[in-house]
Amino acid sequence: MMDVGRHPKINLLAYSEIEEITGYIGNFHVKVRKKARYVDEKACTACDECVKVCPVVMPDEHQLGLSTRKAIYMPFAQAVPASYLINMEDCLGNNPIACDKCAEVCDPKCIDFDQQDEFVEFDVGVAIVATGMYVCDPTILDEYRYTKYENVITSWEFEILTGPGYVTKGELLRPTDRKPPKNIAFIQCVGSRSEKRGNPYCSNICCMNTVKDTLFLKEHHPEIDCSVFYMDIRSFGKGYEELYKRSKAVGVKYIRGIPGDIVEDPKTKNLIVTVENTTTGKIEKHEFEMVVLSIGVIPRPETEQIQRALTLSKAPCGFLMETHYQLDPIDSPTGGVFLAGCCESPKDIKSSVIQASGAASRAETLLTTGKVKVEAITSTIIPDMCKACGICADACPYGSITVDRKAKTPAVVVEAACKGCGTCGAECRFDAIEMKHFTDRQIMAMIDAMFEEKPEEKICIFACNWCSYGGADLAGLSRMQYPPNGRIIRTMCSGRVDEKFIWHAFKKGAPVVLVSGCHFADCHYINANRWTQKRIEGMWNKLERKGIRPKRLQLEWISAAEAVKWTKVMHAVEDLRKTVTKEEIEETKKILSDKKKG
Amino acid sequence: MAEELRIGVFVCECGINIAGTVDCDGLTEWAKTLPDVVFAIKNRYTCAEPGQQEIKQYIKEENLNRVVVASCTPRMHEPTFRRCCADAGLNPYLFEMANIREQCSWVHSDRKQATQKAKDIVKIAVAKARLLESQKELEVPVTQAALVVGGGIAGIQSSLDLADAGYQVWLVEKEPTIGGLMSYINKTFPTMD
Repeated sequence: MMDVGRHPKINLLAYSEIEEITGYIGNFHVKVRKKARYVDEKACTACDECVKVCPVVMPDEHQLGLSTRKAIYMPFAQAVPASYLINMEDCLGNNPIACDKCAEVCDPKCIDFDQQDEFVEFDVGVAIVATGMYVCDPTILDEYRYTKYENVITSWEFEILTGPGYVTKGELLRPTDRKPPKNIAFIQCVGSRSEKRGNPYCSNICCMNTVKDTLFLKEHHPEIDCSVFYMDIRSFGKGYEELYKRSKAVGVKYIRGIPGDIVEDPKTKNLIVTVENTTTGKIEKHEFEMVVLSIGVIPRPETEQIQRALTLSKAPCGFLMETHYQLDPIDSPTGGVFLAGCCESPKDIKSSVIQASGAASRAETLLTTGKVKVEAITSTIIPDMCKACGICADACPYGSITVDRKAKTPAVVVEAACKGCGTCGAECRFDAIEMKHFTDRQIMAMIDAMFEEKPEEKICIFACNWCSYGGADLAGLSRMQYPPNGRIIRTMCSGRVDEKFIWHAFKKGAPVVLVSGCHFADCHYINANRWTQKRIEGMWNKLERKGIRPKRLQLEWISAAEAVKWTKVMHAVEDLRKTVTKEEIEETKKILSDKKKG
Repeated sequence: MAEELRIGVFVCECGINIAGTVDCDGLTEWAKTLPDVVFAIKNRYTCAEPGQQEIKQYIKEENLNRVVVASCTPRMHEPTFRRCCADAGLNPYLFEMANIREQCSWVHSDRKQATQKAKDIVKIAVAKARLLESQKELEVPVTQAALVVGGGIAGIQSSLDLADAGYQVWLVEKEPTIGGLMSYINKTFPTMD
């Protein structure tokens, strides 16, 4: 931590939040809000005089509210930057009549009540996302009565209560009577490995954390009786099984079974734990002075903002998605953006450090190369066809198209800013936009080829490259089976799917057309899929008016992680296809050829 | 005005991953009947070195100006085969991929149906290939600085690695101090320090 603070090459922006990230691989522009600390970081000598006179006492967040801090404080002794800050919500204010005590005693005069949030802007070539994880809510499992019984604590609170920074200097005391407990139980998998309550995944670190906690207790207080209730102990890392054995060897009892109930004895405040011991098959009752809930972990909620800013994807578990589970576990789907640590999945310190070094190395590969090629999938305006209506400029999520509607001069695309979603091309009513490598002609030709033979047996599927096509790939990788009637046309974004492609498919005899894109928050082109939705909804109306069953045009949002959903949708569209008769197809073809202007 | 189209189709067996479900011999022969396809060949592993060499060789020998590889997902090997084309002097955008593994052989078990679908997938890819055009990629410089979001143990490690390598690092942390969850932890496993 100290190394970061003093490294000449690191600009540390603590107490800061990302406001905006624009740009692309090699060229990101970042805007950061540096929140006001109301203390001049550089002038502060950390003399602590301000803290002594501050009259406001608040729960200390860094001690999970188990201790207190003042309104002016330093999060903890070794904080980097080593500077105080004032929480303005707690502070009585800069009105000298109200308080102003800290400013009075501050010798270097570094307290500035008028300090404002600052905006810092800079350019980078690469980004590493290391937004971490958080612990889940123990109240999900109400039978443990975490909020009711004081002697039921979480493993997270256990860290604080036994930490050197706590008032007891690391001495574990029972909350109700402030005495060292004679016996203590740990309950595993609280909030983990449950489909119904908490999270379905294994949180990875809790088993070993409990093993560590029991050993810590036994080392200092061999007389404390420790029991662990578990489903199975996962000690898969180097040296982990050995540590687990050590814990057993010093007398920690491991009881296979997850308790169903905790009841407090109102007199002694002891806790009666009821459990089915799955080794013996018997229901048992155990009495403890304290119970520690070994809680699972969740993605840090703030990750969502970064996810949107960098158009990253989330796996169903909520953690950020890597490019490939096994072979590309550090790269994110966005070029030049890499994942490190627990934002990608729950992991221990060692694994976090390994992935972080990996991410740095991946980033260095780009930085050292010094230049990068951007795929030539961009839009081009055909000036002769352009009527300067401006819809392309409205549709572009990146503002890369400008058009002067009044002067009626053709639209202009800034190629370096165009990401190639193709939404402009789909929205243009005058065929004045060509999407390189995904041209109208190419896609129409693909539809022609698709329906050359037995069109009634085929389903025309448009899948976006990042999410839905990826979902289909994952279904393959997972060997999920589904009917073989779908034929996929890949587009970079569902926003590329022009109305005329869909009309063309129906004209060619398509029984069913499916357009599949990313979920709204996941769209790799910010919000281009909103245009998809608008367009498809419009088409449903048009189909209805023409007397064609709107249902035959389907719209789905399927992420790269949703192989199961992809498979389900493939079954559903096939069921739908079976309801479309040859007569219905012929009728549609007739309707569409009668009224050429679709 | 237009040059004569000469499309080469390379069908990959991917060991038994594709060949187990799709009749690759039949597919290869059938591909030769598609418009403008002048050459088709099957390979055990097209992405392996001999497979790639074969593409390069036939681009030259057969004077191919469009290449279709029928194998896995373009999300995996499109860059590989594009490079391959570029090595043989063909613009990488004159390459198209037909995904007959993830979206065919791996998700269907009926050999007849899977082969029929694979044929369609190849046909659709060839239809696109006939209209492919050369493209020039924009080369952009990489700004010599890195953003690290989050100052926990992972963010700290990444920042130090990059900074030690001589790159400017912007480390953005939401909390008033770096350290993340690690700063809450008393002892760590398995060393108990």
